[in-house]
Amino acid sequence: MAAYRSIYLNDEHLAFRDSVARFVDEQIIPHINQWEEDGGLPSELYQQAAELGLFGIGYPEELGGFEADPFYKVLSTIEISRAGSGGLMANLFTHDIAIPPLILDTQHPLRDSVCTAVLSGQQRAALAITEPSGGSDVANIQTRASRDGDDYVINGSKTFITSGMDADWFTVAVRTGGEGAGGVSLILVPRDAPGFTRTPLKKMGWWCSDTATLYFDDCRVPVANRIGPENAGFPFIMQNFNNERLGLAAQAWGLANAAFEEALEWAQQRKTFGKPIIHHQVIRHKLTDMRARLDAARAYLFEITWLISKNQAKPADLAQLKNHCTDLIEYIAPEAVQILGGAGYMRETKSERIFRETKVLSIGGGTREIMNELAARQQGWL
Amino acid sequence: MKVLVGVKRVVDFNTRIQVKSDGSGVQTDGVKFSMNPFDEIAVEEAIRLKEAGLATEVIAVSIGGDKNQDTLRSALAMGADSALLVKTDDEIQPLMAAKILKNLVEQQQPKLVLLGKQAIDDDANQTPQMLAGLLGWPQATFASKLEIDGDTAAVTREVDAGLETLSVDLPAVVSSDLRLNEPRYIKLPDIMKAKRKPLEVIDLADLNIAASASIATLKTSAPPQRQAGIKVESSEALVAELKARNLV
Repeated sequence: MAAYRSIYLNDEHLAFRDSVARFVDEQIIPHINQWEEDGGLPSELYQQAAELGLFGIGYPEELGGFEADPFYKVLSTIEISRAGSGGLMANLFTHDIAIPPLILDTQHPLRDSVCTAVLSGQQRAALAITEPSGGSDVANIQTRASRDGDDYVINGSKTFITSGMDADWFTVAVRTGGEGAGGVSLILVPRDAPGFTRTPLKKMGWWCSDTATLYFDDCRVPVANRIGPENAGFPFIMQNFNNERLGLAAQAWGLANAAFEEALEWAQQRKTFGKPIIHHQVIRHKLTDMRARLDAARAYLFEITWLISKNQAKPADLAQLKNHCTDLIEYIAPEAVQILGGAGYMRETKSERIFRETKVLSIGGGTREIMNELAARQQGWL
Repeated sequence: MKVLVGVKRVVDFNTRIQVKSDGSGVQTDGVKFSMNPFDEIAVEEAIRLKEAGLATEVIAVSIGGDKNQDTLRSALAMGADSALLVKTDDEIQPLMAAKILKNLVEQQQPKLVLLGKQAIDDDANQTPQMLAGLLGWPQATFASKLEIDGDTAAVTREVDAGLETLSVDLPAVVSSDLRLNEPRYIKLPDIMKAKRKPLEVIDLADLNIAASASIATLKTSAPPQRQAGIKVESSEALVAELKARNLV
C-alpha cells in the first residue's frame, strides 16, 4: 500500500485503499511482468476487477456503479499504479474516458445496456478523438458522418486509440456539421459496424494496453447511436478531458511513487564499497529530494481532488495539475533508474517500465504545451 | 443460528515492528492497524455459514478503544450483520477478554462463537479456550474445516500426526486456524454500505466485570540480529559444524 496520510481522507477512504491494495498485491503484482510481455490482460482480470467494484467507482448505482467522492478514484488509481504499469491502467480503465458522455445522455437507447455490460466487465469501451491529421486540435477533426435516412455514414480515420483493437464499443468524435467546434458530434459505434476496421500500433511503453488506428469506410451506424444532440459533442469532449486529466495526474503520481519505492528498497539492499548504497550520502540525499517533491505533488493532487468534490475546480486547475504530475514523473523515473543502475535498465524492474511510460503521460489526454495554453486562456490572462 | 465472532485490532502484519527504546512495548504511533488475520478468517467462516443458510445472523464483537470501530466496520463490510464494541482504553489480557466475551454471549445467546486461534500481537492463544471454560461449553480449537449438522459441529484440526476431526455439541466455541478459509476481498461498495449497518458501543464499566490482570510484561526487546552464515567445503565439515553447535 502506498503510505501517506492526509487531512482529506476518512476511515472509509482508508478501508477502501486497503481493499484495493490487497487486490493489487495478490492479483496484479505477481503477474504484471508477464502481462506486459504478453501484450494484454487475461479476461478473468476484468471480471475480478468488476466484482471488487473497481470499475463502478462514482458511476450510477442502476448501471452497476456506486456513489463515491472523487478521492476514491484517485486512491484506487494510486494503489493500482503500484504495479508500475501505466498500460494496465490504460487497458483496465479505458471506459473511464469512453462512457462518461454516454452516462450523461440518459435518453440514449443503448446507454443502460452498454454501460451495464462495461461496468460489469463483460464488455469494453474506448474513446476515439485523435486523427492522423492532428490530435490537439480537437475542434478541427476531419472524420465526417453524413446523414442517410436513419443512418450516419462515417468516413475518415482515428489513431493512437487506446483499446482500439479490443473494445466492443467506441465513442467516436465526428463532424456532422460545418467547420469548427460547433460541427462536432459524438457517436457510439459497435465494433462490428459495417465498414469499420482497425490495425494495431506498437508503442514505446504501455505494452499490456493495445493501441490502434481505426478506419471508417462508409461505416453505417443508426442515427439513434449519436450521443447527445447533433453538433453538440464538443462540450462533452471537453468535460470528459477534465476527468481524464485527473486520472492521468493520479496515475503519474502513483507511478512516480512506485518508482521511488523501488529505488528506496534497492538503495537499502544493494551494496557497494561494503555498505548499502543508501549509506552513501549522494544516494540518500537524492532520495530525500525525490520524496519531498512527491509529497508536495500529492498535497496538490489531493487539494485539486477536494476542489472537484466541491464542484470548484476549474479546467485550468486540472491542466496545471496534470503538467505538474507529469513533470514529477519525468524527474522521478530517470532518478529511480539511475539509483537502480544496471538493474534499472533491465526489463522486469518497475522503474525501467515506468521510465518508458513517462512521455505518454505528458502527451496523452492533452499535451504539456496545450495544457499550459488552456490554463492561461481559461484564467483570462489574454 | 446466531454466530458471534470476535475481532481484535492489532498492528498490521506487514508492519516492520520497532521496539520502544525503553523496552516497554512496541511502537504504535503512526503504525497501521488492521484486523487480526485469524479473526478475519473467523469472520469469513461465519459469513460463509450465513451464505450457506446455516447461520441466520452474524454479530462481530471487539474490545478496545474507539479506533476498534474501524475493525468492526471491516467485519461489517465483509458481511457481518451487526457489530458490538466493548469500549475500554485498558490493556485487555486473555482472561479478561474471555470474561467480557462470556458476558456478551450471555446477552446475545449465540449457538456458535468463532474466534481466531490467537492474535498476532501477543500470540497468547488462550481466549477461546478460557471462554469455553468459563461458559462450560465444548471447544474445538485450530479449526481447518468446520461443518455444521443440526446441533453438532464437525471440526477438523491440523495436529502433528495429521488431521483430527472432533464432533462437538452446539453451542460451542471454535477457533480458526490459518487454512480454514481464505478471506474474501472486501467489495468496494460494501465499504460504503457498512457505514449504515448497526454498530453498538457499550462501556466496559457498564458490564460490571471485575478487572483481572494476571500477566505483567517485564520487558520487550527485539530479537537478536541474525549473524552471517559460514560456507563449508564438504558434507563431513557440515556435520562437524552442526555437532559443534549441538544441532545433531
